[in-house]
Amino acid sequence: MSDAALSRPRVAFPPNWPARIGFIVLIAYVAYASTILDFTWDRFMRGLGQGANLLARMFPPDFAADKMALLYVGMTESLQIAIIATVVGVLLSLPLGLAAARNLAPRPLAWAARALIALFRSLHPVIVAILFVKSVGFGALAGILALIVASLGFLSKLVAESVEEMSMKPVEAVRATGSPFLSVVIMSVIPQVIARFIGFSAYQLDSNLRNSALVGIVGGGGIGSTLLTAFQRFDYDFVLTIVLAIIAIVMVGEVLSGWMRRMFQ
Amino acid sequence: MTTADVSAGRPRQWQRFSLPERIMRSAFYFVVVLAVIWSLRTIEIIPEFLYDAPQQTVDLFVRMWPIDWGWYPKVVHAALLETLHTATLGTILAVALAAPVALMVARNITRSIILNSVGRFILVATRSVHAMVWALFFVALFGPGALAGMLAIAVHSIGFTGKFLAEAIEEAKPGPIEALTAAGASPLAILIKGYWPQVKPAFLAIATFRWDINVRESAVLGLVGGGGLGMALDTALNNLYWDQVGLVLVVIFGIVIVAEIATAWIRSRII
Repeated sequence: MSDAALSRPRVAFPPNWPARIGFIVLIAYVAYASTILDFTWDRFMRGLGQGANLLARMFPPDFAADKMALLYVGMTESLQIAIIATVVGVLLSLPLGLAAARNLAPRPLAWAARALIALFRSLHPVIVAILFVKSVGFGALAGILALIVASLGFLSKLVAESVEEMSMKPVEAVRATGSPFLSVVIMSVIPQVIARFIGFSAYQLDSNLRNSALVGIVGGGGIGSTLLTAFQRFDYDFVLTIVLAIIAIVMVGEVLSGWMRRMFQ
Repeated sequence: MTTADVSAGRPRQWQRFSLPERIMRSAFYFVVVLAVIWSLRTIEIIPEFLYDAPQQTVDLFVRMWPIDWGWYPKVVHAALLETLHTATLGTILAVALAAPVALMVARNITRSIILNSVGRFILVATRSVHAMVWALFFVALFGPGALAGMLAIAVHSIGFTGKFLAEAIEEAKPGPIEALTAAGASPLAILIKGYWPQVKPAFLAIATFRWDINVRESAVLGLVGGGGLGMALDTALNNLYWDQVGLVLVVIFGIVIVAEIATAWIRSRII
């Protein structure tokens, strides 16, 4: 070590120049993108003023009897949409997931199934709902179909992954007895993946419950349409009631699905 | 089981689950069946709409084809850039907002159950209200445009980002922290030099993963006035220009795939 290096005081944590430059680039990007998107301080402050106004109109939440009846109708419909979509999605995702598992299905079938799953996964439920509203009309059915597609994308991918990770020994054992394919699936594949699958299904019920509030905004029925109507009528105190109800039901759903997962572990 | 049972020739009965477990499981299946029957019986489906569903579906795709590529340079390109900026800025703001909440939730940093629960409530509340509902709010505040979309993305992402960030902080090893405490480091120094290096890989993974989700979300926020591709989609839908709708859908599909590939690449490179 040279004398110059020795005489310099030792620094416990030397400056990390790449990190600093990265941070500066990040700040520059934020400034650039903010100007592109036309964010101004003035606009922000005006919005905050508006926000105080809006909050004042939201409180207290509206619990009038006629509004509660509307809320009840919307919520039950959302719940029904979520339940039907989850059950149908769960039932359909087993065959689709099996078809996409490369250790069981023939190659061309597996690739076709994987492409289908990728398509389902990359389409946002709202976009799928718009397309279904056009083909089956306004109402709960469009919402159900959109959420089935979303559930299929998520669950089939996880089924395929679990099947690919499972042990092949039971499969070989059952095959050695000369069983047909369906027996192989029932006796050796399902027992290995069912516990994880139920966990995923519980999560999907949760997420369908959340998304069922969403598909209504584009005409898919349920609490989302109630919410959009309330917004369009500037009925902000009822909006707050609906949002609180959504938060409550999502929290209950999270507790229930956690409970369900523990039961089947 | 006694030897008498075996010698009496009674076959052994093996049970995988105990009696309470079996009762719970049967009750669960019963509730599921009940819920499905209730839903199917009471849901309102208008059968008249279903008769022409196949024709309507075919009509939908016929109208979309051929796709109106000429619309891309006019409107859709700018909308695409706006969506990408919205998603990126929204993610950056979300991370900045989620970090203090995560610190509040992490039990090894904030040793107060009340503060932990307050933080946890913020995380659950922001997460359970969907980005689109947040967008409705922010459009009411700031008017339609990318600002409302960006804030909706940011606020909705707090829950997800904060939850995983808090878990990463809780998993940090106490060794370096104890060493820094013993050396008399200030709380801020402990945070920066003790926790941050341990949390950094998880932090980058969470941020990129959330960015991927946010690209998808911000593409549809325009439907309620959040700017970007959704706005172009809404215009095309309202004008019934299905060939333009087709174009926007193809662009959204493309950007979602690109974002997924990009995040997978980043994750394999830095983490």
